[in-house]
Amino acid sequence: MSGYPSGGGVVAAQPSFAGFVARARAAGELVVQPRMGFGRVADMRAGLAATRAARARAAGTITLDSYTRVGDHASARRAVRDGADLNGFPLVAEGAATTRAMLAGLRGPEFPVQVRHGSALPGEIFRTLVDAGVDATEGGPVSYCLPYSRVPLARSVDAWARACELFAARPDAAATPHLESFGGCLLGQLCPPSLLVAMSVLEGLFFAEHGIRSVSLSYAQQTNPAQDAEAIGALRRLAAELLGDLDWHVVLYTYMGVYPRTRAGAASLLADSARLAVHAGAERLIVKTVAEAHRIPTVTENLHALELAAAVAAATTPGSGAAPDTGLYAEARSLVLACLELAPDTGRALLRAFERGYLDVPFCLHADNAGRARSAIADDGRLCWTAAGSLPIRVDRRPGAAETITSAGLVRMLSFVQRRYDQPHELGGRRGLAPAAGAGRSPARLLTAGQAGRV
Amino acid sequence: MTSSLHPALTPDPTIEHRARTVLLTTVSSDSHTWNLVFLQLLLEELGCAVVNLGSCVPDQLVLDECRRHQPDLVVVSTVNGHGHQDGKRLIGALRGEPDLSGLRVVIGGKLGVRGAADGQIDTALLAAGFDAVFHDQNALDGFRRYVLVAAADRAVAAERVPA
Repeated sequence: MSGYPSGGGVVAAQPSFAGFVARARAAGELVVQPRMGFGRVADMRAGLAATRAARARAAGTITLDSYTRVGDHASARRAVRDGADLNGFPLVAEGAATTRAMLAGLRGPEFPVQVRHGSALPGEIFRTLVDAGVDATEGGPVSYCLPYSRVPLARSVDAWARACELFAARPDAAATPHLESFGGCLLGQLCPPSLLVAMSVLEGLFFAEHGIRSVSLSYAQQTNPAQDAEAIGALRRLAAELLGDLDWHVVLYTYMGVYPRTRAGAASLLADSARLAVHAGAERLIVKTVAEAHRIPTVTENLHALELAAAVAAATTPGSGAAPDTGLYAEARSLVLACLELAPDTGRALLRAFERGYLDVPFCLHADNAGRARSAIADDGRLCWTAAGSLPIRVDRRPGAAETITSAGLVRMLSFVQRRYDQPHELGGRRGLAPAAGAGRSPARLLTAGQAGRV
Repeated sequence: MTSSLHPALTPDPTIEHRARTVLLTTVSSDSHTWNLVFLQLLLEELGCAVVNLGSCVPDQLVLDECRRHQPDLVVVSTVNGHGHQDGKRLIGALRGEPDLSGLRVVIGGKLGVRGAADGQIDTALLAAGFDAVFHDQNALDGFRRYVLVAAADRAVAAERVPA
């Protein structure tokens, strides 16, 4: 994928996560990766083994459970002891030795493993994964605080600074530690792309200031393919300008919002994300499965998703996704610069930017988020701002983007993608007759689906 | 929009809405918030004043906020699959406090990790002390009806109290 700006060539020779992605890039192949976490060690190992055996250039994932994510290791230990169901792997409760043994014979230069967690206070998670010899993880001081926790942002910034420094000092010199920003997701949906791009870049800068030399910047597929391609282009351009000589790549997340319920709709959304990744030049894709709308996917469902994404990517021509410039790059850049101007270090700059509302995540309930910016989906499917609050941007009202929001209007927006992908596949030849937005059953589905923005 | 789809569930204008305070929360391990954003809008459309506690709410904070706001209804919404464990603990804590044990408390969302196989959870959560559990496909209509009936009950109760 030459022609795309990207940093660092040193890591390509390493038996590390970063090296694996660099080699895939050189070979012109997309790295695919599941979201996968199981509460029991044997299940987790089986899941990783299956990922490794996939017909794809796949990286492994250990997604942690919710108790570990919020630091409630006592509850995680109790669940392990009682054999209760957990929604991910309890890394800290199981400990480094067990994790190391679980990974023995599986991970290696051709199968790197990343820990995904979702913690605003990730100290113990980082200590455990470093002890277990894991060289890749993800998150960020904003992206794992504001959307998912009630931890004060200042505490999260401090905790993430210390975690980065611990990770940067990890003893294995042969593997540069790799940290992915989750800034391209935020609440998973309804966040205009310029803010996703800005947040990924800002967290990448934050990681670098705390000693990390290899980062990935994320972007989550949204509601309009042209807007998504433009956003990924803007992300690459800003990263090239601001990240200097860091090793970096872009990771795309298949849609993180309310997912299609039909198998065909779910597969089609995944395939579109793989095409988008290749068109726009992302090096890695984190997939979703056909089970996403219903429950935690099985290993087989994950395997099918990885292989489908890899096959679609292999059949797609790279770099064919040059999108017209609608000002997304300029908007993302002004968000980044308005923040960086506020303090000499990115951590303090982020705190001040949120305090003043120069950064403001729409629909985010966290006490440290201003909550004055609002967004909507316009008739053309693009995400746009409907209220700027104190963001340094101009609100450019687009047709269909409602200014005031109702519960039905919210559901209509949250299920926009689900509806678009499910409608052609709904039962009984009801093509085109699926209920209009906000109709009776949609909200119930929304509330019973584990939707939106999980790691 | 909501009322045109469910005309029977339109708020009754004769019911006193102002004092109907709902405390909206999730359980301690659940970081999801779209469900809370949605329910806040819905409850406001039904005439409630909503106190939204946001994500990952520790049990003690729920108790503190119940004492502070004296809500007419506590709504626990959770979708991360730990609701059956965390919900049981939370309702135990609420029912264990003499001044809070009489509160009307309901729970809903995705309460286990097995989807349709989570059928026993409703019974267990009702037995643990919840006043209602909203768990299946029709959960939302049932919830909307419950809120309106709860408000009507409250209005009737208020009328009986001599001024």
